[in-house]
Amino acid sequence: MISFDFEYYRPDTLKEAVDIFLKLDKEGKSPVYYGGGTELISMARVGSQSFGAVVDIKNIPECKVLGFNADTLCLGSAITLSDITEANYFPLLSKTAGRIADHTMQGKITFGGNLASTIIYRETVLPLLLTNARLTVAGKNGLAEVEIGQVFKERLRLQKGEFLVKATIDKKFLIAPYFHVKKTKNEKIDYPLITAEGLKLDGYVRIAFSGLASYPFREANIENMLNDSSLEFSQRADKIVQALSGVITSDLYGSAEYRKYVLKNTIVNILETLKDQ
Amino acid sequence: MYSLKGKNIVQLNVNKEIHDVVIRPSDVLLNTLRDQLGLTGAKPGCENGDCGACTVLIDGWPVKSCLMLTVEALGKKITTVEGLKNVPIQKAFIEKFAFQCGYCTSGFLLVCHALATIHPYPPDIVIDEWLQSNICRCTSYEEIGNAVRAILSGEI
Ligand SMILES: Cc1cc2nc3c(=O)[nH]c(=O)nc-3n(C[C@H](O)[C@H](O)[C@H](O)COP(=O)(O)OP(=O)(O)OC[C@H]3O[C@@H](n4cnc5c(N)ncnc54)[C@H](O)[C@@H]3O)c2cc1C
Ligand code: FES
Ligand code: FES
Repeated sequence: MISFDFEYYRPDTLKEAVDIFLKLDKEGKSPVYYGGGTELISMARVGSQSFGAVVDIKNIPECKVLGFNADTLCLGSAITLSDITEANYFPLLSKTAGRIADHTMQGKITFGGNLASTIIYRETVLPLLLTNARLTVAGKNGLAEVEIGQVFKERLRLQKGEFLVKATIDKKFLIAPYFHVKKTKNEKIDYPLITAEGLKLDGYVRIAFSGLASYPFREANIENMLNDSSLEFSQRADKIVQALSGVITSDLYGSAEYRKYVLKNTIVNILETLKDQ
Repeated sequence: MYSLKGKNIVQLNVNKEIHDVVIRPSDVLLNTLRDQLGLTGAKPGCENGDCGACTVLIDGWPVKSCLMLTVEALGKKITTVEGLKNVPIQKAFIEKFAFQCGYCTSGFLLVCHALATIHPYPPDIVIDEWLQSNICRCTSYEEIGNAVRAILSGEI
């Protein structure tokens, strides 16, 4: 049971959503955008988050798109993780979505909710970082389309009143060879100890991580080390572990030392698997 | 734009019947079903999305009712275990001894029933994925797997 009251709004257009959000904010009601609501309900129930109003974006058509527009795949922020896996337009994203929480939860968790999550993993951002996806954001000045790196720095950084409408991905990435490795502490369904994902494009391997640090990331210098053909696979892995040692976390799921050990093996395995592709 | 503030009487479609309930926007479906309609088949377990004891069907798909606001369910068809009337999975659970204490059973029944309806011929990996959404403290997993496979194969 949620011990406090809030108001519920379900706008039908982008403009209605932004307008009501800003109005509620002016009235001091601390509104939040509401996707699947799984995180907001959990946090509200235990008292770690409170809000006076929710603005549910699931009825806005632009947030529900899932399909192709010319050379891009469009993914609305209010589609669920199950929508992504069932449609399976982008196998790497489907793999990612299919390993977040469990099958029933995937029917409720939204793509936008996972990207904007306060929980540190935000695994669906990895395929977006790897493909230089573009994000469409709604705000008081209308819509803005930006490259993912401009608004996703460790987490989604939006201005007050803004919300994510959709992500678009260039079609050419959807058929590239890819890998998805999610290592958990014990159970298959759990937060990641390390999730490593990547694509191989024109002989160059791109890689992004979640669970390794306190935020998901993709870094150019790590990819340079990964692709340095003057080094053996294990030497590349050692270099990457060394370069990341300052950000690798220790928590209940594993110590930093354990994560380094798993990371090294994961990188060597990935390079072995991709060498002939 | 639809909105809801304070206490309101709304209509919920549960097990093919329309019910009037009084809700606040912050009410969670699990509590509305149990406290207002006396439908105690959906069980509170973790109330955090992990255990699946609270599973109901929304328009035929399993949803953990502890993580759904009641207001989100307006206009949708809700099925609780009380709405399953002599469907094959119930017989299969009895014949295959797929429960012990029974606390998880209603959630598992609904997940298995939805699976058989939505994917009548699922590969093993799909069966496993669906069943992994629920936890059984009595560890009846083997028997629950046998029960769902029995209805999917037509044995029951
Ligand atoms: C049992 C369980 C297991 C989980 N396992 C994993 C896991 O393995 N990996 C992982 O990455 N995550 C995992 N999660 C986290 C989950 O993906 C996030 O909690 C996610 O936020 C839930 O999405 P939602 O749509 O329900 O979000 P909501 O609860 O609706 O919102 C979450 C946050 O995002 C904001 N928000 C929602 N939509 C938008 C939008 N369109 N634009 C801007 N802000 C928005 C909300 O205001 C809120 O702050 C798990 C969660 C649960 C409950
Ligand atoms: S009570 Fe809902 S998932 Fe545990
Ligand atoms: S039968 Fe007891 S929890 Fe499953």
